[in-house]
This record gives sequence, C-alpha cells and structure tokens, in this order.
Amino acid sequence: MELLSPLVPILIIVIKSGVAIFALVTAFAYAVWIERRVMARMQSRIGPNRAGPFGLLQPLADAVKVLLKEEIIPQDAKVPIYLLAPAVSLVPALLSFAVVPIGPEIEILGQKITLYLADLNVGVLYVFALASVGVYGIVLAGWSSGSKYSFLGALRSSAQMLSYELPLGLSVVGALMLAGTLSLVQLVEAQKNAWFILLQPLGFLIFIVSAVAEVNRAPFDLPEAETELVAGYHTEYTSIKWAFFYMAEYINMIVVSSIAVTLFFGGWQGPFFPPAVWYFLKVAAFIFLFIWLRATLPRLRYDRLMQFGWKILLPLSLVNIIATAAIMVWQG
Amino acid sequence: MSQNAARTETMVLNMGPHHPSTHGVLRLILELDGEVVVKATPDIGYLHTGIEKTAESLNYTGAISLWDRVDYLAPLSNNLGFVLAVEKLLDIANIPPRAQCLRVLLVELQRIASHLVWLGTQAIDIGAVSVFLYCFREREQIIDIFEMVSGARMMTSYIRVGGLAQDIPEGFEKKVRDFIRTFPKRIDEYETLLTQNQIWRDRTVGIGKLSAEEAIDLGVTGPILRGSGLNWDIRKSHPYSSYEQFEFEVPLGQNGDVYDRYLCRIREMRESLKIVEQALNRLPKGPVIIDDRKIVPPPREELATSMEAVIHHFKIYTEGFKPPVGEVYVSIEGPRGELGFFVVSDGSAQPYRVRVRPPSFINLQALPRMLQGRLLADVVACIASIDIVLGEVDR
Repeated sequence: MELLSPLVPILIIVIKSGVAIFALVTAFAYAVWIERRVMARMQSRIGPNRAGPFGLLQPLADAVKVLLKEEIIPQDAKVPIYLLAPAVSLVPALLSFAVVPIGPEIEILGQKITLYLADLNVGVLYVFALASVGVYGIVLAGWSSGSKYSFLGALRSSAQMLSYELPLGLSVVGALMLAGTLSLVQLVEAQKNAWFILLQPLGFLIFIVSAVAEVNRAPFDLPEAETELVAGYHTEYTSIKWAFFYMAEYINMIVVSSIAVTLFFGGWQGPFFPPAVWYFLKVAAFIFLFIWLRATLPRLRYDRLMQFGWKILLPLSLVNIIATAAIMVWQG
Repeated sequence: MSQNAARTETMVLNMGPHHPSTHGVLRLILELDGEVVVKATPDIGYLHTGIEKTAESLNYTGAISLWDRVDYLAPLSNNLGFVLAVEKLLDIANIPPRAQCLRVLLVELQRIASHLVWLGTQAIDIGAVSVFLYCFREREQIIDIFEMVSGARMMTSYIRVGGLAQDIPEGFEKKVRDFIRTFPKRIDEYETLLTQNQIWRDRTVGIGKLSAEEAIDLGVTGPILRGSGLNWDIRKSHPYSSYEQFEFEVPLGQNGDVYDRYLCRIREMRESLKIVEQALNRLPKGPVIIDDRKIVPPPREELATSMEAVIHHFKIYTEGFKPPVGEVYVSIEGPRGELGFFVVSDGSAQPYRVRVRPPSFINLQALPRMLQGRLLADVVACIASIDIVLGEVDR
C-alpha cells in the first residue's frame, strides 16, 4: 500500500475523467430526449414515447440506429481532414468540461475528492480557447466535404465565430473583475454572498445571446440551417461521424450552460439541496431555455447576425466593462 | 491587373429538386457571389404527370377527380373551377342555391386550409418550426370537415357538374361552427409568434419586392398581386357561385414584399372565415344538384320504379353527358391566384382539350426578379411567399 500511495491521485483523476465523460455522454443522450419531448409538447405533438417508459430508452435506440447507418465518404472529400473534423469538433467540447466545478470537495474512503477535474488558474480562458478550436471542426468539415452546401455552412460558421467570440469573451470580463480570478472554482466561491447575475445583468444578457450563437442553436443555427443549406456543414456526414457533430453540439450546449451557471448563477451553491443537485437543476434550466428559444424564434439572417454582433453586442459589452470598472474604482 | 490581385468568381449552386424547402421538386440554378444571388433560374418539370392529356380520355365527371391532383393543397377550388367551366359549356344557369352556398363555404374553408399550409411552410423556411405544427393542427380540423362531406381527406372530388355529389351529412354544421369559434384565436396565436417578432420582420420586410407594375407585367395574381397593392380579386370583379351576395373585404398590401404578402394572406384567412360564417347562417334548404337527367344521374329510389330512370342511369354511367361543340374559359380566385380552366368540347363525352391556367406556374415567373441581388437565406423566404404547388406548376 505504501508503494501504491503516489499512484492514488492519478487513479482518482483517471476514474473522475471516465466518470465525467460517461456522465457527459449520458447527459447528451438525455438532453436530446428532453429536447424532443419538450419541443413536442410545445408544438402540440407527443414526441418519442415508444422505446421504454416515456420513451426513456429512445437515446439507446437512436445510438444503435446511428451506429448501423452506412458509412459514406463523398467522392470529392479530402479524406484525412474529412475524417478528422468530427473529432476536432467533439474532443474540445468534452475537454472543456474539465474545469467546471459541480460541487465542493467531498470525502470518499478517506480521500479528499474535488468535484472537478482541474482547477486551472486560467479556467475561463481555457474554456473559450477550446470553444474556438471546436469551431475548426465545423469549418474543416464544411471545407473538406466537397459539397457546396457544406462549404456555405463552414463560411457562415467562421463569420459567426468572428462576430460572437469577441462579445462572448468580453461579456464575462465584468464578472471576472468582480471576482478577481479566472479560476472557475474561485469564481463560484466569490459568489457566496451575491450571484453575479445581480451585479452583472447586462454582462449576462450579452453572454447568453453570444452563447446561443456560439453553440449554433436556434435562432443562430445558420451553419446548419436546414431549410437553406440542407444540413449545412454536416450535410455529407453519415453514421457515427455525423453523431459526433450532433454530440458536440449538445455537449457544447451543456458546457455553455455550465459556464453560465458558474459565472452568473453561483455555480453549485444553493440552499437545502446538495450542491450537485443545484448545479444540475440550474444547468437543466438553461437547457430548457435553449429548447424554448428553438421552438419559438425564427432564424436570423447571416448579415443581420453579423451586424448584431459587431454593432450592438460588442459596444454593449465594452460599455459593461467600463461601467463595472468605474463603479469598482468609485467604491474603492 | 497584377498577377497577385484577388480573383473572385461566382459559384453555381444547384438547389433542388431534392431540397428541403423548394416545396416539392422545384429546381433552382443559383449563381452565387458569396451568399448573394447573382442570377436565379427556376427549372421545372420534375412533377410533370400529363394530367391535362389524361383528361382528354376521361368523361367530364371522371375528369373532375384529376384536378384534385393538380393542386393537392386546394382540391375543392380546382373542382369548382373545372365544374364552372363545364357548366358554362352546358349553359346551366340554375344551380340550386343550397349548392351555390355550400360551394362558397367549402371553397373558402379550402382557402383557409391552403393558406395554413403556406403559413406553416413559410414559417418553417424562415426557422419558426412550431408555427408549422400549429397550422397543421388547424388544417386537420378543416380536413376532417372535408372527410365528413366527401369521404376523402384530400382528394375530395365533391363538386359535380350541376351541384354537389351529395348533401352535407348531419353534424356538419356543428363542426364548422366549432371551427369558426376556435380559429380566430388561433390566428391571433400565429400573429403573436410572428407579426411583431423582430427577427420575423427582419427576414421578411423589404425582401422579394415586386412593384404592382412588375406584377402585372409578369401576370402574377392572387395574394402576391394584392400584396403589391393592386385590388384584383375575381370574387369581387367577376363574381361566381353567388359570391356577390357575401360581404368581405379584399386585404391589400403596399410594398409587395414577403411581409406584405404574409399580412395579406393572414387577413384573407380572417375574411374567408367571415364568408364561411355568412354561408352557414344563410344556408338555404333544398336540393344540392340540378334535376336534369341528361347530366345528373337519377336518384337511387327511382331506379326500382322507372324504366326511364334506368336508361338515364345507364347512359350517364357508361357514356357520360355530351356538351355542345364549343370552348370556354372560366377563372376563379383560387388560394394562389387566378385559377382558370379552358375547356374545348368537340361534342363528345370527353373534353377535346383542357388547359389549366395554374396560378403557381405563372406566379413562379416572378421568382428570378424577386431574388436578384438577395441573399441565399432570402431565396427560401421568397419561394415560400409565392406559395407554389409543384403539382400545379408541372401538371
């Protein structure tokens, strides 16, 4: 045992990573299920209810179906990049979850275990960096598919990324200034007394709008606008490669919701329930918001979206930073 | 120009015939500069079924069923247009008032059903998915009414030369009243989701503009023409089937863009509902088909007692009726615009030639003009605002 003790932290990390990935993939599966059920109710339909009780086994059935689909590689595809793109899309989505704290430290078998994988001192930066890498998956997929619809999807995606990463990054600066840290764990602690949504309402609004654009959800789902571009960047993808994009989208949605919860809604903090439950409820509320938006709003047009990003959100987020700074200086 | 100067070229995008939002099998050859449409060329013919030719080998009653399949979103309007043409050929003027009134009622319900499909697809093309399902929920109510009267949900073939195939069944009035009661609230619901929605306005105001002059030059009719501000509705200008007895307004737009066409059609649904209500309130009693044994088969019970009835029955079902030699053109205001039927008779029981003036086909001409210099995202909005039915375009 003495000899093994240095290995224990490593073992814990490995187990936690495994659990995190498993949890994320499960969360993805059920986010899809919830989306389909909730959207169905909003649209006066029933939604999937055949596989298992309340259709709870639907994700499993979908997974089997997707795995058994024929693998098709288009003739004009640039094969290595074409195959790489889905992974480039999915892996950063999974990785960015590493810094999200879903609760305080707990003790299992005498070992102190943190409910996050890493407490990076540049946590927020790390998440945004990975999100930017994830966009490459979309751009590469669109470019390498050898299809014009995919290509247009990729073009839109890069334009969208350029217009929205900036306000997204700037919108959280206010919160970061208040907390004085980039670490997500310390950010949660900084909100012990007041959630940052109360101190940074404008920052939050900008963040949530940019976040919807960042994860390509309606009304900003231009890169995959079905009625215009067939399926946008993933038009030419089938089978598990397509599922990767699908997973990336939903996991990104979960990650973005987690970041919103961590930065503006006090993370896992809350009365009565255990921290993990609070975290889960808050994220679920955001997922619901995403679904609600999708069921309600029409799609923006690509030039209007860029105008909105550059002419409204970016100045607003700068104003937010300056105002926050001014108030902080004024209050000493 | 130096060798290094950036060189741009346009891209040709083949949109359709299998594309989610070309409303069937329309093919568009788009020349794009980035996402800006330089040139759009519609290519039609993928749904050509030779329906007009088929009509030449059927008798007049049999041919009625073909027009259901021409514009499958407004089968009753098509029935009516053809039947009116044949009635003009036969010079029948004494259609029973009950039949007239029911024809108006059903065709207006049909207009609402057709506009609901348009609204749903227009919304889904712009990305508002839910509206599509709400529209189909209400359309289902109308289709239930059609099933009740004709036995078929879509391919009704209910209107006959001289009147209607049969009288409306019991419970019809209640169903229509239910619909009249609930539907205005539903329209309000659609409007809450769309009319003042900033994104919706962004996507439709000023898009696909067509001035009244251009619309006239292109022969465009229906809500598109009225959206451009021109008051032209055949129900008003050349009333048929007792439309002159009904009170309704013709909604007009001003700018001739997608948004104005949207508003026109939404208001048209409200007006149609008014007509339906009036028709139901005044529905006269009496027969629903004329009493001319050379054209209409005798009632079933007469067959047991009257030899003459048996002969008429035999003649009509083996041969059909024979209109005099001649040609007529009759047009009605279909949901999509002027729906005309040109019928030529050579004195036999089959039409010599039937030519349909399909509003979709002619309205589609306006598409390249609407798309000039617009973005790819506007293409689908414009196609939807024309409200094409490819079955009608290609026939």
